Order: sequence, then structure tokens, then C-alpha cells
Amino acid sequence: MPRTLFDKIWDAHEVAEGLIYIDLHLVHEITSAQAFEGLRLEGRRVRRPDKTVATADHNVPTDGTPAARLIADEMSRKQVEALERNCAEFGVPVYSLGSDRRGIVHVIGPELGLTQPGMTIVCGDSHTSTHGAFGALAFGIGTSEVEHVLATQCLPQRRPKAMRVSYVGERRPGVAPKDLILATIGRLGTHGMIGYAVEYAGEPIRALSMEGRMTICNMTIEGGGRAGMVAPDSTTFAYIEGRSGAPEDFDAAVDRWRSLETDEGAEFDAEVEIDAGAISPMVTWGTQPAQVVEVTDRVPDPAAIDAPADREAAQRALAYMALEPGTPITEIPLDRVFIGSCVNSRIEDLREAAAMVEGRRVAEAIRAMVVPGSEQVRAAAEAEGLDGVFRSAGFEWRTSGCSMCLGMNPDVLAEGERCASTSNRNYEGRQGKGGRTHLVSPRMAAAAAIEGRFTDIRHWD
Amino acid sequence: MEPLDVIQGKVSVLDRADVDTDQIIPKQFLKRLERTGFGEFLFYDWIRDGEINLEPNPILLTGRNFGCGSSREHAVWALQDFGFAAIVAPSFADIFYVNCTKNGFLPVILDESQCRALARAGEARIDVDDQTVDFADGVVEFDLDEEVKHRILHGLDEIALTLRREDAIAEFEGSGAADRGPVTTAL
Repeated sequence: MPRTLFDKIWDAHEVAEGLIYIDLHLVHEITSAQAFEGLRLEGRRVRRPDKTVATADHNVPTDGTPAARLIADEMSRKQVEALERNCAEFGVPVYSLGSDRRGIVHVIGPELGLTQPGMTIVCGDSHTSTHGAFGALAFGIGTSEVEHVLATQCLPQRRPKAMRVSYVGERRPGVAPKDLILATIGRLGTHGMIGYAVEYAGEPIRALSMEGRMTICNMTIEGGGRAGMVAPDSTTFAYIEGRSGAPEDFDAAVDRWRSLETDEGAEFDAEVEIDAGAISPMVTWGTQPAQVVEVTDRVPDPAAIDAPADREAAQRALAYMALEPGTPITEIPLDRVFIGSCVNSRIEDLREAAAMVEGRRVAEAIRAMVVPGSEQVRAAAEAEGLDGVFRSAGFEWRTSGCSMCLGMNPDVLAEGERCASTSNRNYEGRQGKGGRTHLVSPRMAAAAAIEGRFTDIRHWD
Repeated sequence: MEPLDVIQGKVSVLDRADVDTDQIIPKQFLKRLERTGFGEFLFYDWIRDGEINLEPNPILLTGRNFGCGSSREHAVWALQDFGFAAIVAPSFADIFYVNCTKNGFLPVILDESQCRALARAGEARIDVDDQTVDFADGVVEFDLDEEVKHRILHGLDEIALTLRREDAIAEFEGSGAADRGPVTTAL
């Protein structure tokens, strides 16, 4: 029987019915402390430290603080120190402050070559879906499940349904992978992929770099999807080759990986087709990622929305965002610009943003910052001189971390501040209490920093 | 976790769809190292800003896609610590649903019209074993995975259950099937 990419990975990992084996467990400081404590209370060990790796990302300041003990915020310091202690006690490798391998967990997994096709990957973080870009089955889990995987290397799981989102047509200039996924979530809704493992397919996906595929898979969770996946191909293999974690017998691995793609005729529980050629640069206007329009549109009028739940949500969102229906998106004035987060902080993202701002100046009223996704991304960008480009334009250039994506560290919006952000969530208070977030692609964010407002980058010079 | 068989009492209603875990338990409270004491921070901004008012009744009724966003299990710990024992909605975000079942916090999926009827009724009796919600409009059934039900009814430690399958796990590892991926300790 023809099988999907998802089927093949699932079937190869069933230890017993409903119990799947985990090939890689990524750990960070926010969702692991209680799990390690649970192990201690029950006298359990970490079954496979050799399939586990930890880093500090959510909490860390992006000012270059060189060691956990020097983190100014007391609770953050305790949490990162607890991670280091727990990892030492249980034999788990950890890249904490001071390590040149530290960074956002979903950036370092791929860049160290840990993320490979055909694997099962979990992390106590919803954006674990990112790793599916390599043709892995990767999903976020809660702290009880973190403890479960630490203790058993397995997870009891109900098999999700399978959805395929097929893109057709050709992505137009100025339209980023971020725009593809924002438009997709806008169409399907914040709840549209609940219960599904989603495979992204079609020529517009094949044409994407690994960074672009990671952006798409990362935001699958914003549509409610359990996992996002892209079949591995030569782009995938070329990305992995030569990285620290890459298989020793690389050619043999590639042979295995080639067999993972969905078989002709395999059936999905749901199929969606999207014309990539009809997608424009997107900007969110509300407090959910699905509340999104094209940059040339206006803020929608809730009165025109039929479904009562969506209408009420839109009304509340506009009140929170302090926006009037009918306002052109390009006339929304901004206070802050944030380029970073696990969805858009990789070297390609930074190159694209830098190309937009080279030789220009950030608008007077704007405070703009760039936060590389990892220390390796930062080093690579600095080697190319991107830090100089950003600094000359008036951006702050920071050290790596989750930063202002979720405001668990000193990088936050002040009450009422409005931000163009390359992150993945525009929830109320996400970037700071009372902060107002508009999600955009890196190039859109960069142009917004220069203009002080959103601009259609397709007609910007 | 504690065994749970019947939840009976009043229903608190939070009539909103797509409530994300950032609202349920804001980020500043995720820095604690314990599982307890999160109840006072539940819906921290919404309650303090007077946007919503929730009584700590046994049952919370809410809109579709509840618990979307971050995987933070702190959301479940906060709802439980606040006083809720079961949560009813037309749908839940996947990770949130699983987190509920790991903590003996019963998630119940009813359709939109049943949810509206339950809101009108204002109180109910939920039977885990029978998988029924009994309220003024009658008795409605809900889905619950058999294994999940067994664990919730008896308050079982799921890790201990998996560890009992040690032979199967060891066999899987011994077969070479677990050899995919890098050795993180050797990087």
C-alpha cells in the first residue's frame, strides 16, 4: 500500500502499538526543570543521554552575558543554573551561556546536523515542528512528556491524521516563505490543522532553501498542526553534509533518506491546494496569526465577518491593537522592529534583511534590533559583515536567544508599543504586556524599520 | 496524579475561541521551578484588567481551540490549581489536550450546540468511566481514549506503565531500529 512520508516515519518508530521511539530529545530551561525533578523524586535516570541535548535560549539576555551565574534577573539565573546542574547530574550534553554552540533550540538542532530525515524529534516547545523541514517527524510536548522521554526514550502517542498542503504556481518576487505560511494559516484558521501532521508539497516548496522550509514548518503549530513536514531532497542533503552531527557514511544515509518521500497514490485525510502565485507580502493586524491581510489591504471591519466567534475575536483584537477598521496597513505607524526568533533568525533571513537596509537609516521614531538565532549564526553574520550593515543603519546587534519573541528576558515591548516582528506569535502581551505585534517576513520588517511604517517591498526602492 | 471518576458541580463559562496559553499563564510565571502554586496567576492580565471574571467551579466551559500556542504545561497546572477539575470545549489544541490527560485534568469535547446548552444549564455531572455529561438538557456522551481513561480513573503514573514495557523497548533498541540520528554525547 502506498504510504506517506509521515506513515513511513511513524511505522519505523512503533515500539508497540501507540508507543513510539524518540530519536532526538531537545531540552531547554523553561519546560525541563519539573521533569528532571520528577526523575529525582522517583529515582529514575535519563535512559539515553546520547539522544538528548540541551541549550539555554528562552530566558537568556541578549547582551552578551557570558555565564549563567552573571544573568542579572534572579529567576532567570536560577532557571539556567538549574538546567546546567540537571544536565550535569543526568549526563545530558548542554550548550549554555559561554558555549559557541548555544542558541535557539530550533536553530541549533539543524545547524549542528542533529536534525536529520526520518527521525522522530521532540522538545518541550511547540515550535519543534520546525525540524520537520528535514523530513523528520517533530513535535512539541509538555513537561510530563519531557519527563516521559527522559525516562523511557518513548512516548505514548495517538496517531495523528495526515494533511497535505500542496502549493502550485510560482512565488512572486518580494514574497517570502513567511508570507506563504501566513497566508495559509489565514485561510485555514488558527484551528484549521488541529489533529493533523501536515506535509507541505509542490514545486514552490521544492524551490525553497532549508531556511525557508524551516520557516514554513515552524508556523504549522500556529494553524494548530501537530507537525509540519517536507520530504527530504538534494537541498536537504546538501544542508546536512559536513555538519558535526552528520552521519559518517553519508552516502548510505542519503540512500535511506531518498526512500522517505510520500509514495505516488498515498492517501491523506485532508488535502489543501494553495496558489503560491496569488500570495502577496502579508501583515497580521490582530492577536492571532490567522488574523492577517496583504500589505496592500486595509484593517478589516469585524462587522463584515459572518461567524460570531471570529467577529467577536476580531473586535477584541482591534481594541487591543488600537486599530480602526479601514485603515490602510501601510499607514500604521510603528515604534519597534524585531528581527529574530526561531522562525526567522537564520543566516539567510539576516542576509535578506541586511540587503534591504544597506546604506539606509532606521527611521527616527523606530528602535530596531536584530537577534541572531544562535551563536553560530551570529559568528557567520559577523564574518560576512552583516553586523556592520545593521549597525550602520541604526539597528542594535545582539547576541543570540529567543529575545523579544516572547519577552521572558529583558527584551520586551513597553505598554502600547507597536512592533513589526519576524516572530511567529502576535498574541496579546506576547512581546510584553500591552505590546502590539504585527508579524511579517524579514525583508518586510527591515523595510518597515527604514520607513517607520509598513511598505510594499515589491515597489520599494 | 489523583484518581478521578466523577466531576460534579457548577460550570464557569469563558466564552472565547482560540484562547492561547500565553493568556492562560503569562510568561513571567514560567520561571518557577515547581509544579504548584500557579492558580493565582491564571488568566493573570485578563482577570486583573477586569476583562473576565471566573469562579473556581469544578467545570470550565470555553470556546474552540482552547490552549493553542505554547506547549507550556503550566497552563494545565494553573487551571487545576485554581480549582477546575474538568474543561469542556468544542475543540482543544493538541498539545494542551495531551497535557491535560497527563495531569488527571479531564478534557471533554462537546459540539457547539451542546456547549451552549451546558452554559445555559450552569451545572453538570461528568462521569469519566461512562464518558457522559449529565445536565439539564439530558445526557451527552464524549470521546476518551481507553488508555487515557484508565489512567485518569486510577490516577496511574504513565512513566511506570511505559517502563513495564522495558522488554519491548530494549528489543527495539537491540534491533538497530533505534540507531537513527546522531550521538549527542559524541559531538
